[in-house]
Amino acid sequence: MDSLQTFQVLWFVLIFGLLLGYALLDGFDLGVATLLPFLGRTKEDKDALVASIGPVWDGNEVWLITGGGALFAAFPHAYATAFSGFYPAMMLVLLALIFRAVSMEFRAHDSARAGLWEKTLAGGSALAALLFGVALGNVIYGVPISGRMEYDGSFFTLLRPVPLVFGVAGLAAVLLQGAAWAVKKTEGALQERAFRAAKILLGINAAAAVVYFIVMAGAFDGLFQNVFFWAALLMTLAGLAGLSFSLQKKNDRAPFWESSCAFAGLFLAAGAAQFPTLIRASNDPALSLTIYNSSTGLYTLQIMAVIALVGMPIVLGYTIFVYRLFKGKVRGDDSY
Amino acid sequence: MEALLLARIQFAFTIGFHILFPMMTLGTAGVILLSETLHLIKKDDVYRRITDYLARLLALIFVVGAATGIVMEFSFGTNWSSYSRTVGDIFGPLLAAEGILAFFLESVFVGVLIFGRKRVSPRVYWVSALLVFIGGHLSAFWIIVANSWMQTPAGYEITAGGKILLRDFSAAVFNPSTGVRLAHTVLASWVTSAVMVSGIAAYYVRKGLHGETARAMLKMGIVLFAITPLLQLGAAHAHAIQVIDTQPVKAAAMEGHFQTTRGADIFVFGYVDEAAEKTYGLSLPGGLSFLYNFDFNSEIQGLKEVEKDQWPPLNLVFQSYHIMVTLGMAFIGVGLLGALLLWTGRLYTAKWFLWILPFLIPLPHIAHETGWITAEVGRQPWIIYGLMKTAAGASVVVSAGELAFSLTMFFLVYLLLFVMFLLLFLKIVKKGPEPAPGGRA
Ligand code: HDD
Ligand code: HEM
Ligand code: HEM
Repeated sequence: MDSLQTFQVLWFVLIFGLLLGYALLDGFDLGVATLLPFLGRTKEDKDALVASIGPVWDGNEVWLITGGGALFAAFPHAYATAFSGFYPAMMLVLLALIFRAVSMEFRAHDSARAGLWEKTLAGGSALAALLFGVALGNVIYGVPISGRMEYDGSFFTLLRPVPLVFGVAGLAAVLLQGAAWAVKKTEGALQERAFRAAKILLGINAAAAVVYFIVMAGAFDGLFQNVFFWAALLMTLAGLAGLSFSLQKKNDRAPFWESSCAFAGLFLAAGAAQFPTLIRASNDPALSLTIYNSSTGLYTLQIMAVIALVGMPIVLGYTIFVYRLFKGKVRGDDSY
Repeated sequence: MEALLLARIQFAFTIGFHILFPMMTLGTAGVILLSETLHLIKKDDVYRRITDYLARLLALIFVVGAATGIVMEFSFGTNWSSYSRTVGDIFGPLLAAEGILAFFLESVFVGVLIFGRKRVSPRVYWVSALLVFIGGHLSAFWIIVANSWMQTPAGYEITAGGKILLRDFSAAVFNPSTGVRLAHTVLASWVTSAVMVSGIAAYYVRKGLHGETARAMLKMGIVLFAITPLLQLGAAHAHAIQVIDTQPVKAAAMEGHFQTTRGADIFVFGYVDEAAEKTYGLSLPGGLSFLYNFDFNSEIQGLKEVEKDQWPPLNLVFQSYHIMVTLGMAFIGVGLLGALLLWTGRLYTAKWFLWILPFLIPLPHIAHETGWITAEVGRQPWIIYGLMKTAAGASVVVSAGELAFSLTMFFLVYLLLFVMFLLLFLKIVKKGPEPAPGGRA
């Protein structure tokens, strides 16, 4: 492996890390927001749920922005092909993210239409979560790609069954993240409801995970020789098993970590199947975009590695600091 | 061709909308930092009420900025994918650096600023205000670097295959126009917030609302209003010189200057007749040459030095530029008048002045929009000045139909955001800061 390849691999890992960070963190706030109509009976309930994500959602979304930027910087062809190729889907993602962002603020000040903004908040969050899974499913399962690295399918190509399985598995995982976060941050009757939702979602997630791993094993040969795939399977199983135990015990702290562990397992399986491909070409494997044919030059990868390896630990440090400031149950004065 | 036009319209519309909000964020974060600093030093609760009030406004501004900013981040891949493939080596890292080094900082601590007052000590709160201020300005820094690199590219090399590779990161970052563009843009956002805070406070004072809180806010606003446009004049002057040096065609378009001459005129207002290649209007003889290097006789390059197909749309650039400059001069005048009234102790009673101030709030935004049109339309037909044409940068696979769909979507959604933003902004203003204890006026 020459040094260019080393950095290409490093960047695969770093982008994987950024997207995983995004999935786990924005995962719980998209999840809480989607569950809002189901968990929140009274205005106080809804206020508490929104307040549990209010101070942190924007920082969580930056993981996506940075992941996108890092993809642009390290593998511009993959960024260009996917973003322009999936154009209508990307526009829907943006629509969803815009509404989920502004709805919380609009709801706080526009009490006359609070119900409307709760719907746009929940709808936007659900749509975003679903579409991310579908998009990821497509680049992993493969899409038609032309000889000039351009996407060669239509909008409906994106909606094939296998990518939809990814979408549903992703949405289920996000909802579970949300329920587990709600369990952690709330009390009383609201928390009871969150516990019940988590139990139902645990079942759905277990089923989705079974389908997901079977589809993965079927679609990619050689996956059984891959240790990361086994580790991924183990993580998901352990996470879900632990979760079922904690929910039984009414433990309100562990579920979030167990749900995260299970979700990370799904992600790791995808990464293991994907490496070193970025966007699989379904028409001809030779046309796939890989970390080797899509990357920027060595110098750029090196500069960026310095920025990321120095910058991200600092980011993690202050992010943890701020989460600790807001730790514990939601308080009445956390919203306005 | 049609798809290209739609892509350009969509970019101009979405970025023109986005910029309204960061321009308020940066300056408002500055006023919050100032007010919170005074709160810590003077231990006066008035300043805490001002901070809390502005933090509420900031929350609304910030959320719309973040929601529309993510559209921009995606847009290079969705709409300008050929550009992205060509410049991934340089432009990509700048956006990634913005995420890692700026957006995280700002977004994480804005949560503390808005929701954390009762959870943290005054000192930690102050530090959060400082970090939001720094994070916001770092965001501006990295995005201005990206833009400036497109205006005055540096630190790159071109491969045989036509790919643009990074050769010297610091030369690319500190390219010839980064510094002045950053200074001018950051000052623009401070002007924006100075005018905004003055306008809101003036309304309260004129109506006799919120007593001392409103007066302290007005005083802070007016002091900033007096200082920032003056600083802006210096930065603007340097910026104009930079454009003449690095982008002579744009500079000539800004003044409708066709023939290379010594002693070039400067227009106060006018009209460019592109067909007849003449510019009419009120001009100061030799003014442009004088402002360039304080020599009435220096030579200024005209548009005719290059082929006509390399000219940007002349009137749009000319008029935009002159609207911005006129507004800049007007801000200096009003700001100084306000300072005079403050100094002579008449500010709080000069009803006519207080009546005018709120109406000025939209004007800095007009200056931004026209300023950016000058900068961006003025560099056409280049997406990277002198290196790559805009027409070569667009996405290949995105059809005109898809663009018509997305443009309509953005138009409707942004209209909704705009209306809601205005309504809720006014609602927060109506509600005003938290009342002083004991109804002290
Ligand atoms: C409150 C806002 C504001 C005000 C009062 C002014 N400007 Fe400005 N101007 C901007 C806000 C702005 C901007 C939006 O921030 C721009 C767009 C690109 C940039 O660098 O800054 C800009 C661009 C811009 C450019 C284009 C340079 C380029 O290609 O990037 C020039 C030459 C000037 N300005 C010069 C002036 C002059 C001579 C002013 C008179 C006092 C002035 N500006 C006032
Ligand atoms: C001169 C032009 C620009 C300036 C000064 C600027 C500055 C800022 C600032 C200060 C913020 C944070 C404050 C807020 O959200 O209101 C912001 C948000 C954002 N901007 Fe811009 N921006 C500009 C143009 C762009 C462009 C061209 C892009 C595309 C890459 C972009 C992408 C973003 C994103 C993704 C966010 C959201 C960050 C978050 O969620 O915290 N901006 N911008
Ligand atoms: C925030 C204020 C900005 C405004 C209002 C603005 C405005 C515009 C306008 C009006 C155009 C269309 C020009 C034309 O096609 O005739 C344009 C194009 C463009 N701008 Fe900007 N711009 C801003 C900042 C930026 C920044 C910060 C970047 C880069 C980081 C950027 C990158 C581009 C690109 C890639 C295009 C498309 C290609 C082109 O037309 O040259 N812009 N912008």
